[in-house]
Amino acid sequence: MTDVTPETTSYLAPAEVEDVELYHPKSFVTKYIWSQDAKVIAIQYAVTAIAIGLVALVLSWMMRLQLGFPDTFSFISPEAYLQLITMHGMIMVIYLLTALFLGGFGNYLIPLMVGARDMVFPYVNMLSYWVYLLAVLVLVASFFVPGGSTGAGWTLYPPQAILAGTPGQSYGIILMLASLALFIIGFTMGGLNYVVTVLQARTRGMTLMRMPLTVWGIFVATILALLAFPALFVGAVMMMFDRLLGTSFFMPQIVEFGESLKYGGGSPILFQHLFWFFGHPEVYIVALPGFGIVSDLLSVHARKNIFGYRMMVWAIVVIGGLSFVVWAHHMYVSGMNPYFGFFFATSTLIIAVPTAIKVYNWVLTLWRGNIHLTLPMLFAIAFIITFVNGGITGLFLGNVVVDVPLSDTMFVVAHFHMVMGVAPILVIFGAIYHWYPLMSGRMLNQAMGHFHFWVTFIGAYLIYFPMHYLGFIGVPRRYYAIGETEFIPLSAATLNEFITVAALIVGLAQVVFIFNLVWSLFKGEKSVKNPWRATSLEWQTPQMPPAHGNWGKELPVVYRWAYDYSVPGAAEDFLPQNLAPDQVAIAKGHEASGVRAAAT
Amino acid sequence: MAQAAMTETAEPISRPDGLRGIVADFSSDQRAFKNVPWGKAMMWIFLLSDTFIFSCFLLSYMTVRWSTEVPWPNPSEVFSLTIGGQNIPLILIAIMTFILISSSGTMAMAVKFGYARDRKKTAILMLVTAAFGASFVGMQAFEWTKLIHEGVRPWGNPWGAPQFGSSFFLITGFHGTHVSIGVIFLLAIARKVWRGDYDSQRKGFFTSRKGNYEIVEITGLYWHFVDLVWVFIFALFYLW
Repeated sequence: MTDVTPETTSYLAPAEVEDVELYHPKSFVTKYIWSQDAKVIAIQYAVTAIAIGLVALVLSWMMRLQLGFPDTFSFISPEAYLQLITMHGMIMVIYLLTALFLGGFGNYLIPLMVGARDMVFPYVNMLSYWVYLLAVLVLVASFFVPGGSTGAGWTLYPPQAILAGTPGQSYGIILMLASLALFIIGFTMGGLNYVVTVLQARTRGMTLMRMPLTVWGIFVATILALLAFPALFVGAVMMMFDRLLGTSFFMPQIVEFGESLKYGGGSPILFQHLFWFFGHPEVYIVALPGFGIVSDLLSVHARKNIFGYRMMVWAIVVIGGLSFVVWAHHMYVSGMNPYFGFFFATSTLIIAVPTAIKVYNWVLTLWRGNIHLTLPMLFAIAFIITFVNGGITGLFLGNVVVDVPLSDTMFVVAHFHMVMGVAPILVIFGAIYHWYPLMSGRMLNQAMGHFHFWVTFIGAYLIYFPMHYLGFIGVPRRYYAIGETEFIPLSAATLNEFITVAALIVGLAQVVFIFNLVWSLFKGEKSVKNPWRATSLEWQTPQMPPAHGNWGKELPVVYRWAYDYSVPGAAEDFLPQNLAPDQVAIAKGHEASGVRAAAT
Repeated sequence: MAQAAMTETAEPISRPDGLRGIVADFSSDQRAFKNVPWGKAMMWIFLLSDTFIFSCFLLSYMTVRWSTEVPWPNPSEVFSLTIGGQNIPLILIAIMTFILISSSGTMAMAVKFGYARDRKKTAILMLVTAAFGASFVGMQAFEWTKLIHEGVRPWGNPWGAPQFGSSFFLITGFHGTHVSIGVIFLLAIARKVWRGDYDSQRKGFFTSRKGNYEIVEITGLYWHFVDLVWVFIFALFYLW
């Protein structure tokens, strides 16, 4: 423990980085459309991601309708069903979650939280968004081309992804691959910005070990993305060659309809390796920002410092590193060398160690905290529960012998939806309820918020818990209809109906949420400055919402970490990061002993 | 000790020894890499990402070379030229490699003169580098033309595994694109150096920011990277 009294002279390192000259927009177009301001770009990213996410939500309704009530909806053909699952998965994982966490929250929070005026390369940052938008538009275009979007499944496994039997073989797959390549180019431009801003453009006093965990999560996730997306890029380019030029990178010799195709000698497993070398880190690209954000939400709303800050940072870094050596646990049934399974099962289970450290630390942060059950806190707690549930089924699937029978069943669907669908989305909701006042100056409506929370949280369990059971009894995933199967009891169909009804109700709650976002923008209760009484820098800007350049004339100076809540002896229960030690108000009765810093 | 880094600082944070010292250095105030400008940090991280792209391409090429059942054409014979009645294997590739590596030398000199504020020498050396790069791309175009005339296509070739042509066009094409972008980059920066933008604090057309001579070094980083990648392509595709 460090004793800090108002008498202490506070040491400050001299400024190393010159204050930057910002581009000052003059017209509406340069301010809000071709904007170079990270905060505007963040909102552009977020709105685009949520919009395309709603499309994916509607796709999931249609899938559920088909599964719950087969033979009822004539507009869902078997081909259409495959297209639905493909587009739903791809949009949710890449165009919604990745873009919203890194492009949305990353852009908004990184410069504010580290005390910078903007990202280091605002022009490149602007390009990043517009290339992302182009990628989204190319993806949307694939719905409308002849043959429709691709139905290859979000994993796009060759050889079937580019063969005639797969829907969208003529144009859909081409647009999908092009869209992915564009997304990666756009993301790289943004990602370089996030990483360099965190590394090189922090304000005075902001050491890496004083950053809020939100920034840590986004920072490490961005590094993962910069190293993992290249594999997907290469895979996409080579598959594009296979499809357009007739090369055989991924295509073995194939007989189709009794006719030998011109392909031969390629390796389908190669694509799976490339895909999952990207695909597994991708899980952590959406999980790590969630981990970071949820740590901050818990700390702020429990009025307590995060438990084990250093361990939390190291856990993020270690999880990030390990995520690059586990990819083949997605491929136990692919026909790769079975001995690989031993290595990848071991490395997979090792990831449980740093992850468990994080979960314990979250729970210990709550322990004896002054818990305010605000909406962000509710979502944060819901995240912990959901993440533990999804994580534990991950231990099942990480083991080769358990995975082989469960592979390609509904159990897998339930697992990854819990752990990388519902859990990160809950964090996103919590984060939006938390930072909406900062972005808009108004609070979100509480009543609608509570309705949204309880329906989403309980509904998610009504959807995905039964799905585990379906998987255990052997219901396969990606099937248009099971029909009458000997080993699947008829009650499975009833359960599917139940899941569909639950899914539609949860979907409806999301519409209420979107309505709340728009309604509160105009009619919401005006927020006071720093409504959650948080310490981190984004709430300490001269104006709220923060103005162009964030900080007025002087950059903030940081004296402490981001978790000085309920410091013994201080009059206020939070000490903002930029509050100088000699300005800390002392509580009555503590004048003699002064303030003890909270960090232990 | 370690705790002091997280909370209030009454004095300069003392630097611990060993591994903790390394962590303390990296997580130190304001900048992780001292005296590294933003642009240079960005280029290094971009090159790391790009390394992963080229590694994936090369590993994929090696995988298909191994997975195909048809024998692989002999690169020494395919890439040979008959000069003066004599058949010399890999002669063109050798010249290309020599040129590209020489261009790294001129680039390094350009960086030196850039920091010495010698505008004229910097610009000329960058133009020489660009000329080397352009001649490299030109020879690559010649090589492509020759192979296409001999019947090599992405989907097949007269000598063996079709993956030979696929990998060849893909990898050399991707590398050639990198070189071409580098040449354009070099020409643009050389023009700015020549015009004295970095002395007169002229603002950039797109970014409306002032630049400085660090951009010469950043261009150099990219250029050296592209050369280094070529060494791997040369070793793994042509020599193997």
